[in-house]
Amino acid sequence: MLTMIGKRLMFAIPSLIGVVIVTFLLTRALPGDPAAYFAGPAATKEAVEQIRKKLGLDRPLVEQFFRYTNDLAHGDFGNSLTTGQPVAAEIRNRLPASAELTLLGLIVSIVIAIPLGVLAATRPGSWVDHLCRVTTTAGVSLPVFFTGLVLVYVFYFRLGWSPAPLGRLDVFYSTPPTVTGFYLIDTLLARDFEAFRSALSQLILPATTLAIFSLAPIARMTRAAMLAVLSSEFVRTARASGLSPATVIVTYAFRNAMLPVITTLSMVFSFLLGANVLVEKVFAWPGIGSYAVEALISSDFAPVQGFVLTMAVMYVLLNLVIDILYGVIDPRVRLEG
Amino acid sequence: MKRRDFLKSVSGLAAGAALPAVPSVISSAQADARSETLLIVSEGGPNNLDIHGVGTNVPGYEVSWNCYDRLISHEMKTGPGGVPYYDRDKFKGELAEDMKIDDMSVTFKLKKNAKFHDGAPVAARDVKWSLDRAVSVGGFPTFQMSAGSLTKPEQFVVIDDYTVRVDFLKKDKLTIPDLAVIVPCIVNSELVKKNASEKDPWGLEFTKQQTAGSGAYKVTKWTAGTEVIMERNDDWVGGPLPKIKRVIWRMVPQAGNRRALLERGDADISYELPNKDFQEMKANGKLNVVSLPFSNGIQYIGMNVTKPPFDNPKVRQAVAYAIPYQKIMDAVMFGLANPMFGAAKDKPTEVAWPQPHKYNTDMEKAKALMAEAGYANGFETTISFDLNFAGVNEPLCVLVQESLAQIGIKTTINKVPGANWRTELNKKEMPLFTNVFSGWLDYPEYFFYWCYHGNNSVFNTMSYKSAEMDRLIDGARVAAATGDMATYDTDVKGFVDLAYSDIPRIPLYQPFVNVAMQKNISGYQYWFHRRLDYRAMAKG
Repeated sequence: MLTMIGKRLMFAIPSLIGVVIVTFLLTRALPGDPAAYFAGPAATKEAVEQIRKKLGLDRPLVEQFFRYTNDLAHGDFGNSLTTGQPVAAEIRNRLPASAELTLLGLIVSIVIAIPLGVLAATRPGSWVDHLCRVTTTAGVSLPVFFTGLVLVYVFYFRLGWSPAPLGRLDVFYSTPPTVTGFYLIDTLLARDFEAFRSALSQLILPATTLAIFSLAPIARMTRAAMLAVLSSEFVRTARASGLSPATVIVTYAFRNAMLPVITTLSMVFSFLLGANVLVEKVFAWPGIGSYAVEALISSDFAPVQGFVLTMAVMYVLLNLVIDILYGVIDPRVRLEG
Repeated sequence: MKRRDFLKSVSGLAAGAALPAVPSVISSAQADARSETLLIVSEGGPNNLDIHGVGTNVPGYEVSWNCYDRLISHEMKTGPGGVPYYDRDKFKGELAEDMKIDDMSVTFKLKKNAKFHDGAPVAARDVKWSLDRAVSVGGFPTFQMSAGSLTKPEQFVVIDDYTVRVDFLKKDKLTIPDLAVIVPCIVNSELVKKNASEKDPWGLEFTKQQTAGSGAYKVTKWTAGTEVIMERNDDWVGGPLPKIKRVIWRMVPQAGNRRALLERGDADISYELPNKDFQEMKANGKLNVVSLPFSNGIQYIGMNVTKPPFDNPKVRQAVAYAIPYQKIMDAVMFGLANPMFGAAKDKPTEVAWPQPHKYNTDMEKAKALMAEAGYANGFETTISFDLNFAGVNEPLCVLVQESLAQIGIKTTINKVPGANWRTELNKKEMPLFTNVFSGWLDYPEYFFYWCYHGNNSVFNTMSYKSAEMDRLIDGARVAAATGDMATYDTDVKGFVDLAYSDIPRIPLYQPFVNVAMQKNISGYQYWFHRRLDYRAMAKG
């Protein structure tokens, strides 16, 4: 098992090197000129040149690249110009915010989508199946920012049930001491139950928005996988042997249908983590997606490179976890590097 | 009361607010805490707490303005609509208790009881060090200082512990006003020097993250891109003690949500909303909306005069007659701007800027001028704008495109990403474009020096060069410095007339700065930098 993990990580190294090179070149190929952007609204040509020198952008590309990789090797991702902070620290602060939101959204989505998918598969053509089809189609065809804005409008602006969409905590709370970076966990560790309630109430709307969007792939995949498994011979045998429908569906069919569902889940998770920019914008969520997009708009190289690199590492780790999970769920899947 | 205690004391209240189904009893102490806290929501936040830093953005200026003091500041007067408006010509001491202007220098006596946030007294060496820093760090601060002929550290002389003299390099009317802008702020030199390094002799890395000033507020917490928390400095001597104890400034990127927060009463103040929102909020009257014209600012259509077809003044005039001015005012600005067009034929030119020109939408005249210029069949060109301000620029360009098509000018719209806009302006290759320029220093010759002078600064976006124009602008600058008002008036009228007959850029309107706030917020003041001054504000 350990050698397998080691081998898999080894294979990831060339792709990470590739990611470093490609992001470096891509950010340099962006049309904007960061020196002109940051020289301010009334800069002369000399002022722009001064800034360029300060940022080290006057050096040859190769030299810039070696300086960059050297910094990377020392764990230094560089400084963001738009926020003025070290990129590594920013990503460390913002990744948990995105991860907490995405995970919660995914959990809500799983709790709804998997039973819905299973029920739809066991009764194809029934009202449950139609309900599944309608909700998933609606969920996936509504753009997330639209769903988010509608939820804010109804539950905050009209009804006043939800707190102001002002980020992770109400303005009058202080952030809990950082342990995991997940406010739900940190507030509980700090035994600050009021802050926990505030963090949770801030999370409900954005997590619901994400859940609505991610219902479709999970529910549809569950339904399809279950349909395939339910029509297979071992299920027929199980049924013929007089096992209760619940045992057949949960113990035999569902376990076998889980592999494709897990794969979809991993895809949805990594996709959501990077792509919930719009949700983050709507709910003023200090996450990693909005950070990367803002950096991109202002030609701020370091955060973009840091973001892509973090995402690449996350993908590698996620794939590894999924592969291990395969083995746990289905012993037939032999993991060989 | 410490911050943590304060937070504990209000947490009950906030929890009640989070779940409104639970009725909450608000004690008067808690209500006080809320009434002394100002919650601001805006789209962007600072990237640096020090205006001397590399690439500090505009929200960063607001922090600097409120957390640092300058030697002098402006008095207030009553502006349009009764809103307090900074008085361009009247100064008062902030850190200085006395200012004496001589022929070639100005001497400041410092207030002896002024202290930095860490308790160190504000002394003359801090002033010298800070002004040296402003003229030495390069980039925007140094540039802004040079606009008032402040360029060399030798100009700042320490006389004794509480007296500083600023020597003039030459007579310049803008030197004193330039000492009252945001840049020449006084920094705690001992504290910053302790945290400076060989690579960073001015300690810019240190002041980027924390405020080291003597101002009315100090930053106690800053999470870049998320929030800034500022607390009042109770020992402030720069003016009367501010009423607001605490300022929480949260970044809310979605304009619709900022409006919702205001209308629900959760946020106290917001700006940077679409004009349509401001106009609707004004109409429904639940909030206080203040709209004031940008001082010395204009949105315009510029034409590159170095290349055909816009090198021909007749074509430029034709375009000036083909712009749908009123439509732009109504459909793009929703009336929230001062028109800069359609002055009466016989209206004399004033010694003022901005002032409206005499062009109006007149398609027949435009067509005739096009024919005269030899372009009866029109031509093709592109019109460019900055995507950062797409909310205004995009509909504006579409209207112009539609209108120009009627006189045969076929335009393609070129949307330039914000990061790239300044680079494009610097290249001076865009044939037709829209842009805004506004100067901190509110003097016509300052505006014209940047926008029309033949030394071709980045804001002379049209690459306009005219010997006569340069003569008039330089003449006005000299006349202003020597106090020759008759020559000044003739020169100012002269360059305005020339700018309007040659029309390399067509002024459209003077935009408004719009701020929406709750009815219980008072004390908003308009400043040349157009950001908030918390020091005069009050709640309740």
